[in-house]
Amino acid sequence: MAYSEKVIEHFKHPKNVGTLDKSSKNVGTGLVGAPECGDVMRLQIEVDEATGKINDAKFKTFGCGSAIASSSLATEWLKGKTLDQAEAIDNMDIVEELALPPVKIHCSVLAEDAIKSAIADYKEKNK
Amino acid sequence: MSKERLIYLDNNATTPTDPRVVDAMLPFFHEIPGNAASRNHPFGWKAEEAVDYAREQIANLLSVDSKEIIFTSGATESDNLAIKGVFEMYARKGNHIITLKTEHKAVLDACKKVEKLGGQVTYLDVNREGLVDLNELEAAITDRTILVSVMWANNETGVIQPMKEIGEICAKHGVLFMSDATQAVGKIPVNPKETGVHLMAFTGHKMYGPKGVGALFVNRKNPRVKVTAQMDGGGHERGMRSGTLNVPGIVGLGKAAEIAAKEMHSDNERLSKLRDKLEKALMENLEEVYINGSVEHRMPHVTNLSFKHVEGEGLMMTFNQNIAVSSGSACTSASLEPSYVLIALGLGDDLAHSSIRFSLGRFTKEEDVDYAIDALTNGVQHMRNLSPIWEMYKEGVDLDAVEWSEH
Repeated sequence: MAYSEKVIEHFKHPKNVGTLDKSSKNVGTGLVGAPECGDVMRLQIEVDEATGKINDAKFKTFGCGSAIASSSLATEWLKGKTLDQAEAIDNMDIVEELALPPVKIHCSVLAEDAIKSAIADYKEKNK
Repeated sequence: MSKERLIYLDNNATTPTDPRVVDAMLPFFHEIPGNAASRNHPFGWKAEEAVDYAREQIANLLSVDSKEIIFTSGATESDNLAIKGVFEMYARKGNHIITLKTEHKAVLDACKKVEKLGGQVTYLDVNREGLVDLNELEAAITDRTILVSVMWANNETGVIQPMKEIGEICAKHGVLFMSDATQAVGKIPVNPKETGVHLMAFTGHKMYGPKGVGALFVNRKNPRVKVTAQMDGGGHERGMRSGTLNVPGIVGLGKAAEIAAKEMHSDNERLSKLRDKLEKALMENLEEVYINGSVEHRMPHVTNLSFKHVEGEGLMMTFNQNIAVSSGSACTSASLEPSYVLIALGLGDDLAHSSIRFSLGRFTKEEDVDYAIDALTNGVQHMRNLSPIWEMYKEGVDLDAVEWSEH
């Protein structure tokens, strides 16, 4: 299977790899997937309370190139967005941007799940 | 990483054709174009002579009679011919076949077809080492059992089954013994007569011969084995396999067998050292690396390693511009299921997803292995820096206790 150039670029030079303090009140963490399934994504957002916007996003992913690229792209898109805007990110936007083949669509679904899960975690902490 | 350097460590998928084999084949495309079944002119005679010679070369490698070699299009066809052919031919004797869960799909799917046709198939487990339990195998034999099919060496792990012991059990119970020896023939000494194997499938392109040609060994004496042809036509190959013989391919397979008989020993001595070097270096450079399958009963050129908390396809992507290997990761297949062979060994899905198979070959150089050691070490480190489960593992989180969201 040949990968798109964008997937290869994100894979070789992933953006926003790292860990935020998950105990911090303004950090939301999403951990989705399972090692048995061959994909685990951890995506974290840090929200600026004053503006309500995401000012930082980090990820770590165990998975194939497409899974890593999907989460790297997701963190890039998240920065600067409000929670509502972030919630609106659709997995098919990721598929399109990265030109993922049908067999890799689940990677984008996982990234969308990770975003939603991180937002839910943040909201839960701050309700 | 330079794009020019290409290193091939996927010889269990297919081997490069040896240039000496190519040279032997070339005249049979244009200069000697005959059909080996044309009995009445020199073109046919020359083709037939070449086929006979190749049959001798192969028989010599296996210490069998040349009349016991049936040419086919490859190991998949040979497996199908043996299993379905025995099922049909011996229908009056019984309908039960015994095989292993770690067999190649060509055997497993042929067995599934047999089940659809009313046969019964027992798929035996293997142990952690990938080896069959001889007591279980013997216990599975019934008075309806006609065939035991066990692969000589596994394609994914290189694990070699206790063939001689299985042969003795089959002889004791009067059951035919068939082996898919695709990965073994031409690579390690294989002697079906001494081993008690009655049918044996193999192919050219796993032993530095061409693709598209293989053979089935069919024992002719004590017992005289027959298989029902699976293709109707001109009755070639003693009525067991119709179809114009692939003369250049057969010449190539013969030459490959001749070279293997001469060079197998020195190839193996060199390759086992390189394989051990690769394995040792990776296990020294990296934590949490596991060898899959028996280390003792294993092909000299193969190692299957799991790099914990790193997904195999992702890992391959760190170096696959330059280095060819295979992974048992689900992501390399359309089914999204990890390798059933590794699962049968009792590996968790997570370790199966993390596996890489390295298969060295006659044309592998020491510097290729050195290059692969560096690339793999860097690749695993890159992937572990990205891996949330590696981070959790390092923090001492019990990963089995985490509630994962399966998808």
